[in-house]
Amino acid sequence: MARRVGMEVSIAISEAVKLANVDVISAYPITPQTHIVEHLSEFVNDGELQSAFIPVESEHSALSAAVGSSAVGARTFTATSSQGLALMHEIMFVASSLRLPIVMSVVNRALSGPINIWNDLSDIMAERDCGWVQLFAINGQEAFDLTLQAFKIAEDPRVLLPVAVNLDGFILSHVIEPIELLEQQEVDQFLTPFKPVLRLDPDKPVSLGAFGSPDVYIEVKKQIEEALIGSQKVVTEVWKDFNRLFGRNYKPVESYKTKDAETLLITMGSISETAMMAVDALREKGQKVGLIHIRLWRPFPFKEFLQAIKGAKVLAVLDRALVPGGVGGPVGLEVKSALYGKDTRPYVAEFVAGLGGRDLTVETFIEVVEKAERYAQKQKDFQYELIGVREK
Amino acid sequence: MIAQDLKEFKKFTPKTLPREEPLVSGHRACQGCGEVLALRLVAKAIGTPMIAVSATGCMEIISSPFPQTAWDVPWLHVAFENAAAVASGVEAGLKILMEKKKIPEKSINVVAFAGDGGTADIGLQALSGAMERGHNFVYVCLDNEAYMNTGIQRSSSTPFGAMTTTSPAGKLIPGQTTWKKNMPAIMAAHNIPYVATASPAFYLDLMNKAKKASLIKGPAYLHVYASCPTGWRHGSDLAIEVSRKVVETNIFPLYEIEEGRYTVRKNNNPKPVEEYFKQQRRFAHLTPDMLKFIQDRVDRDYQRLLQMEALTNPAAVKKEEPKEEATG
Repeated sequence: MARRVGMEVSIAISEAVKLANVDVISAYPITPQTHIVEHLSEFVNDGELQSAFIPVESEHSALSAAVGSSAVGARTFTATSSQGLALMHEIMFVASSLRLPIVMSVVNRALSGPINIWNDLSDIMAERDCGWVQLFAINGQEAFDLTLQAFKIAEDPRVLLPVAVNLDGFILSHVIEPIELLEQQEVDQFLTPFKPVLRLDPDKPVSLGAFGSPDVYIEVKKQIEEALIGSQKVVTEVWKDFNRLFGRNYKPVESYKTKDAETLLITMGSISETAMMAVDALREKGQKVGLIHIRLWRPFPFKEFLQAIKGAKVLAVLDRALVPGGVGGPVGLEVKSALYGKDTRPYVAEFVAGLGGRDLTVETFIEVVEKAERYAQKQKDFQYELIGVREK
Repeated sequence: MIAQDLKEFKKFTPKTLPREEPLVSGHRACQGCGEVLALRLVAKAIGTPMIAVSATGCMEIISSPFPQTAWDVPWLHVAFENAAAVASGVEAGLKILMEKKKIPEKSINVVAFAGDGGTADIGLQALSGAMERGHNFVYVCLDNEAYMNTGIQRSSSTPFGAMTTTSPAGKLIPGQTTWKKNMPAIMAAHNIPYVATASPAFYLDLMNKAKKASLIKGPAYLHVYASCPTGWRHGSDLAIEVSRKVVETNIFPLYEIEEGRYTVRKNNNPKPVEEYFKQQRRFAHLTPDMLKFIQDRVDRDYQRLLQMEALTNPAAVKKEEPKEEATG
């Protein structure tokens, strides 16, 4: 029977990693990710989890060691945030090109500078193009579930790609929520041991990480791209399987009160729950407002996205990262490109907010919806608007 | 501890050299490359079962142009600065998979190879971390004293005075202005069980050290001199000769540090350093003043090494190395 307990979300993630019976954990401290690996090291040192715990000397080495252990066929986990993820940048691309099913929690935090330990999505957005499957949790239960699911997705022979499970730093990672944990035998039904297709095995030598000349580089990239796009099918299957076993349903794009909605908020991550409260408040006033939040960010679920926004006249996109010198934020970019070329398309108002941990309240979302509707009425031509900037 | 690990160790002789070649011929190294020779000898000495990890660099490029590979053992290359971190993961992964009975229990030699840039500069942090954590693998620095793969730029391992493309012999500044970083000393300061220097001209010495490094449990560091005809501007027939002269002049003394105890291969009547420099055009511009400066420092460093030996391993002080092996 599932246990429903109140616990810090970071600790719930370490419980999921333990239930996944990982073989290797490489860990380097960075706020606000630290609680996850701290708790895992307790499991290991108390003999509750039989795993190698490599306390590396940097995040660059955290991912490098993870690549090494995954290459010998070990189920491997690591976690990071912000500057740590940026330090991993170089190896992110190698991990996906080597087709290694590493699972990593990314506890989202703003990138320096100025140095800032609070939440936004600038860290993961700087890794958007690294070829990893990227998922976003909006609450503690999702963070727990997605972490378990991530291993199954990553290790599927049709995928064999690393998976990043994103959750907001502090505002999600450090809150205590009621979470339904699973029992070991339940998890074992869902997640079977990792069976690598290729591994570094002295009995069957392979060379991994060979030098790719212009003759082969593009073909390798095409294979990774096909695997990443193809992973959506597996993600959906895994979610179906999870729902069948545990009764919790996940979709690439989630809708909230979208029926008959004329204006849709578009969000990612835990702020979606705050945005839902804004939707409730506006609905009470009779406004036809709904919300969609994107759970599967990479590969981007174009079909499901277009389906989810069907009928909407205005999209109010709330990005929590900036594409400097560009056209706003990465989610807005994706949304606009998804719509380009469609005969009828809603008006898109792009907002960037909440950078560096600035609070996003119900009022912020109400403001965003109202602005979006006003701009739509005037068909205002603008790239994006930064919300909540103090001018004085 | 070491004594236990080395109980079965038998020195190689020309007649007992292993036949197996973890790194096979047909790779794309330059003619007369001293580095690939050192790599081959180390791999041969350590032997299978082996998993090799390479840092980015000449040896990685020349051995793995897809779809070809010169590696007859499992091999992994990830990036430039992280061979030690990757090897940490390989070693920890193998160990736990064996503990959890997911793969058959057997001893697998994990060996990381990197150049001097990948070791002394960009890879120093990852290397220090891996050594400090005590992973059971051999780290081999193949030291050709500059960034050869990118076109002969200076590293912290480039010797004083040497001309490279970023330490040119200019009118004002005559080549490298700094002394070579002492990597073996840095490794010894990590209190790892085994540190050694070696040169492919003394191939049995090199192979014996590589074998010992692999037998000893815990981290081992091997600093191997690797001549580079292309970068050093010497004839492609001279790789072995310069690799011998560098030892005979005491510029690159051969020694081992076993659990902190130094054993120096004695060379108390060294040749003058000019003997080594005159064969390489990277040193063509050295002035008599520079030569004197180098000679003094080389002599002092060698004496210091003997002092370390006297301090840590008095029994070895009088030990003369046997006249071993033809050196090419």
